[in-house]
Amino acid sequence: MKKFSAEKLNAIIAASGNAVYVPADVDTGLVEYKRYEEGTSVNLDACKASKSPKDLLFPQWENLMHFRMEGKTIEITEQARQEEDYVMFGVKACDIRAIEVLDKVFLADPVDTYYAARRNHGTIVGLACAEPEQSCFCMNFGIDPAQPAADVVLWKVDGEYYVETYSEKGEALTANWELEDADAAVVETAKKEIAEKAAALPFANLNISRFKGENMNELFESKKWKKLSAACLGCGSCTFVCPTCQCYDIRDYNTGHGIERYRCWDSCMYHDFTLMAAETPRPTQVERYRQRFMHKLVYFPANNDGMYSCVGCGRCVEKCPMNLNIVKVIKALGEEE
Amino acid sequence: MQKIGTAIYERAFELMNSGEVARVLGWEKGELVADWSVALFEDAEELKGLVYGDYAGANLSKTCVLRDLSKLEGKTLVILKPCDTLSFNQLLKEHRVVREKFYIIGAGCKGMKDENGLLAKCKTCKSKNFEVYDEIIDDEEARTVESADRFEEVAKLEAMTHEERFEFWRNELSRCIRCNACRNICPACTCRKCVFDNPDSGVAEKANVTDFQENLFHIIRAFHVAGRCTDCGECSRVCPQNIPLHLFNRKYIKDINELYGEYQAGEGEEERTPLTSYQQSDVEPSIVHTRGNA
Repeated sequence: MKKFSAEKLNAIIAASGNAVYVPADVDTGLVEYKRYEEGTSVNLDACKASKSPKDLLFPQWENLMHFRMEGKTIEITEQARQEEDYVMFGVKACDIRAIEVLDKVFLADPVDTYYAARRNHGTIVGLACAEPEQSCFCMNFGIDPAQPAADVVLWKVDGEYYVETYSEKGEALTANWELEDADAAVVETAKKEIAEKAAALPFANLNISRFKGENMNELFESKKWKKLSAACLGCGSCTFVCPTCQCYDIRDYNTGHGIERYRCWDSCMYHDFTLMAAETPRPTQVERYRQRFMHKLVYFPANNDGMYSCVGCGRCVEKCPMNLNIVKVIKALGEEE
Repeated sequence: MQKIGTAIYERAFELMNSGEVARVLGWEKGELVADWSVALFEDAEELKGLVYGDYAGANLSKTCVLRDLSKLEGKTLVILKPCDTLSFNQLLKEHRVVREKFYIIGAGCKGMKDENGLLAKCKTCKSKNFEVYDEIIDDEEARTVESADRFEEVAKLEAMTHEERFEFWRNELSRCIRCNACRNICPACTCRKCVFDNPDSGVAEKANVTDFQENLFHIIRAFHVAGRCTDCGECSRVCPQNIPLHLFNRKYIKDINELYGEYQAGEGEEERTPLTSYQQSDVEPSIVHTRGNA
């Protein structure tokens, strides 16, 4: 176990390479992942960034290829894949589990090479959650907020960051950090404190046992969806702040001289999600709302060895304009009908 | 607020039990302290969940349109705070809701909160008057307006140079994730199909691919609701990225006030509005143009 003083945080970040993405203050009360540069207001004390670092692996939009038309010829250029090594710094356990969820989707055959390139070039520095918030419920999905599954993990205790390295990528990164020897017992105590705080949170003990493939039809047919979804505005806030939502649309942008073919995040909350020639398979907000939560809690685990695609980060709990969220769904449907 | 809340709760039961209303549109508690949701209660058993108090910040006017309550059998009881009645009345003027299908309780309001305290929209409270109602439930304290000047922030933006103002908005709008929460909550945005969702419009898009699109969406939206926006502040309240979208609307409201005379959308009866009527005394387009270049 090693450590460094919190005062040296910026020096450690600067020693981590040219491209280091950190949670930073960008506006009143808002923390977002930003590429570190001189003057960046790094904020590792905020429980969670407004959005997870998902954008670094799967940006809201990206070009896939370009078509340029001249006379009767069409020139097709493929979009270059990411080549730059980078570091995601201060990532919480929930957001790291979310990356594991994305891996299941994008790295399964056929591999999404755009995603894979970004994934391979990244090193993740995790940060234990010193102060989980009211809206947090990661522990229900077997996530330990005190032990993120990262290349390097940091624990902040009394003005010092304790450092443990877990992979070759992590070794390569911390080799450039100026560290002191540290007492591992301090971290053990900190982990226990985090576990106690997490266990005392309002959503610490949700009953998710009914959410599995064998109950799929029963859950799908539940009469409760209508009430649960009634206030839904059909906006995409929950899907766009979600660290695991991975649906996308592919569209063409007419540049006047050709086409930029890009993909962008899509939302199952939208009426034109998976729109087909005849009609939409989910004609009202009830079906769209059901789709989102069935995917997180039933379809995904049924197809991925029981791994839920909700990580309990609580962003949808905080951001829904109507205060609808997955916790309400779990509580309503988690009980026998 | 608790007294007003209890009185509304009891009155809602009376109205439902007597058959005067078929359902009630209000709020219900959530899982935490401040996460109240909008809810439609369809029988007396469900109605036990009705609450009114500090966290009833959501404006229910849009829900009346979204859920087509004007087309349902019988009347719907809807609870409207003073500022919400402006939105509802504006919808009446635009024929988006049918007055006879609603029983409106005007609910006294002392400023609404979320988990971080008083809502931003309540810091510049416009009025404690009810524009449209069947009955009012409030008290003396709920009639006192405590308000900051709502055009103060706009004046600051106006005092900036073009470059500074552009920089300000680029910084704010660069955070937009195009979730459409602002549009979907907006009581003035009631198009059946928004141009930004219509594949035949040529501007349909699900993400901001360029800075231009980022700016365009919000500016077009603000222009489209100009003269109809009551400044209810819901757009900024729901923005997950904390973008002060209400400042666009307030700029237009301030301009309308200065160019065409004081005007509050949602007040009074159906009428010719500043932006939909022409009078000889109207300001010359060249003056509007010159002001824009100031």
